[in-house]
Amino acid sequence: MKIRDRLENYVFVLPAVAIFSIFYIIPFIWVFQLGLFEWDGISFTKVFVGLGNFKEIFLQDVNWWRAMWNAGYITLIALTFQNVLAFMLAWACDREIKMKNFYRVIFFIPPVLSEVVVGMAWRFIINDIDGANIINRTLVGMGFPNLVHNWLSDPKTALTTVAIVHCWKGFGWGFLIFLAGLQTIPRELYEAARVDGASAWQSFRKITLPLMIPVAVLVAILTVLGTMQVFVLIVSLVGGEFAGHTSVPVLRILASMRGSSRFGYACAQGITFGMVLIVISFIQYRFSKKGQ
Amino acid sequence: MWFKNVLLGAFVLFLVLGCSAEKLDSKPTISIWHWMTDRDPTFQELAKKYETLTGVKVNFELYAPSDAYSQKIRAAAQGTNLPDVFGILGEKRDFASFIKAGHILDLTSYMEANNNSWKDSFFPKALAVNEFGPQNSYGINPGIFGVPIDIMTIQMVYNKKLFTQLGLNPNRPPKTLQEFLDIGAKIQAAGMQGLVSGWGEVWMIDCLANNYAFNLMGKDKVLATIKGEVSYTDPDWIKVFTIFKQMKDSGVLAQGLVTMINKSAEQLFANEKAVFAFNGSWCVNVYKGMNPGLEYGAMLPPEASDKYPIAIWGGAGSSFMVNARSKNKEEAVKFLVWLTNQDQQAYLAASTNNLPANKNSLSKIPEILAQFARGMDYATHPNVWGVSEFSLVIEAFDRGIQSIIIGEKTPEQVAIDVQRIKERELAKKRAQ
Repeated sequence: MKIRDRLENYVFVLPAVAIFSIFYIIPFIWVFQLGLFEWDGISFTKVFVGLGNFKEIFLQDVNWWRAMWNAGYITLIALTFQNVLAFMLAWACDREIKMKNFYRVIFFIPPVLSEVVVGMAWRFIINDIDGANIINRTLVGMGFPNLVHNWLSDPKTALTTVAIVHCWKGFGWGFLIFLAGLQTIPRELYEAARVDGASAWQSFRKITLPLMIPVAVLVAILTVLGTMQVFVLIVSLVGGEFAGHTSVPVLRILASMRGSSRFGYACAQGITFGMVLIVISFIQYRFSKKGQ
Repeated sequence: MWFKNVLLGAFVLFLVLGCSAEKLDSKPTISIWHWMTDRDPTFQELAKKYETLTGVKVNFELYAPSDAYSQKIRAAAQGTNLPDVFGILGEKRDFASFIKAGHILDLTSYMEANNNSWKDSFFPKALAVNEFGPQNSYGINPGIFGVPIDIMTIQMVYNKKLFTQLGLNPNRPPKTLQEFLDIGAKIQAAGMQGLVSGWGEVWMIDCLANNYAFNLMGKDKVLATIKGEVSYTDPDWIKVFTIFKQMKDSGVLAQGLVTMINKSAEQLFANEKAVFAFNGSWCVNVYKGMNPGLEYGAMLPPEASDKYPIAIWGGAGSSFMVNARSKNKEEAVKFLVWLTNQDQQAYLAASTNNLPANKNSLSKIPEILAQFARGMDYATHPNVWGVSEFSLVIEAFDRGIQSIIIGEKTPEQVAIDVQRIKERELAKKRAQ
């Protein structure tokens, strides 16, 4: 009977395991396997190079690590600016304010827009010669003419501009998840705190923040995974890697596949990138466990 | 009971019909995959016309954008699911890989049949892109492996109205680099934008830089550099890099050029916001769509030296290949012969404003297209050089020029960077 129960349990789990294996584990192993070959993606023959591709990534490919650095920079801005903004707006909409449903809809519009559309729209807003130059005009109007310059084609500001547009597009997801999290906090806790004489700030610090930590970890992990893989927005905003200033890992993988026809190397880059993301997510998860 | 009998009868009928032999007189259907959005309606019309004439159905299937098409073709090649006819987007080495994998039919015998009648109908430079010569570096048996559908040249265009506003002769574009650079000051003073192009997508930078490399050092030295016999730190290469610094310093380049995509560049030029553009002959159709009244002319990139002639990229714009594994390959070849004959090519050129690959179809094209066609005399293309530069070197080269334009690196620094990558790739090749 016991064995039968166990078998029954396995049967229930089997579809999920099968789907996960077929669509995630097996392709991952295949991609890793391809990463051990020098292959142009067309020929039927592949040259086995062992860990040569991985060695090249770690020891020689300066462009790859620069791309990782750039993606990390955008992610850092997203983790801080984007998520703090998302949390603050969710917190505001969770309270009894006028037109809160209207704000909820408005804040969720950017995430549902296509990245290409967002990129083209912001390019139009920011650029001066093929756009409306709104940012620079606003700066002049506000009395800061010395701050006017080409935001997207200046290597000093291109990546930050991309990061800010990415935050604008992405904060809606965080907003929704934070809002859902805030709504699960029992109102009785706040009432009890008020009865005990706690101020609004104390309620926020002692009730809201601790109970939102698991949600914040989830949002942070999703932000890291989503932001590190950004590339469509970059292509539509600055046309590509812009002398390496806006290069990110996915663009490097595409460059290896399309530009160099090095599919094996691109697979090795994909595996390396995947492992980095897994490690970052794992560290975040461990930290959140410790925090709790 | 009667219902059972009807059901049984229907089942037997279904089996009999399902197992019946293919109709002997049935004509095959030719399947063609392509990425050319602008040419698709014309292709569909020509397919209908061909079906009416021969009874052979031709299915043109459009997969755009070109990046998605390129991936689809590669995936289909891996699964040996390629259509009867397809095009390849990429470098000559990709083309060679497809041939080596047995995906592409050698068309030499068809081209040379009836005293080379098919072969001779094309511009030789258009055909050269699809040709592999004796002892080519790709290890491909000599032959012709593709059919050019149209030709293109990549040149400069200038706005005649803005030229007049700048006090320049609209019928005399700059011929030398110095004349071109001198216009920069006038453009700056008038608050206009100079040269626009898709230099955010980098390959067009490579194109112009190679034009000047041919002009300054000649074809032999350029090819010797690719072979690794001449260094990128050679003074002639530094001169090539310096041209981009001179352009930037003179003010002849538009702002934000290094992050500009070609579509934006085309809009700027068509909307008369830029004086010059560096673009391919396909731009005629694009500009016509954006601004039919645009007054412009085509010109060769202004020469930096009179030592060697300037060379521009040109040749086959797009080509079709026949799947060597296709059971319809004979029919596919027949269709391509028909598609590239004088009448169809003239119709294609008239409908899409692209230059025809058939040299006998040039007589009725608009003047601006004729200007681009005249550029064929100066045309060359990396795909006909017989040797390919390492892709990582090309990337470093193009990125380096972007760095020069944004004032981040000097021409000398870029030359050293490019040569370092070149030596690394050469060492890797030697070790294999």
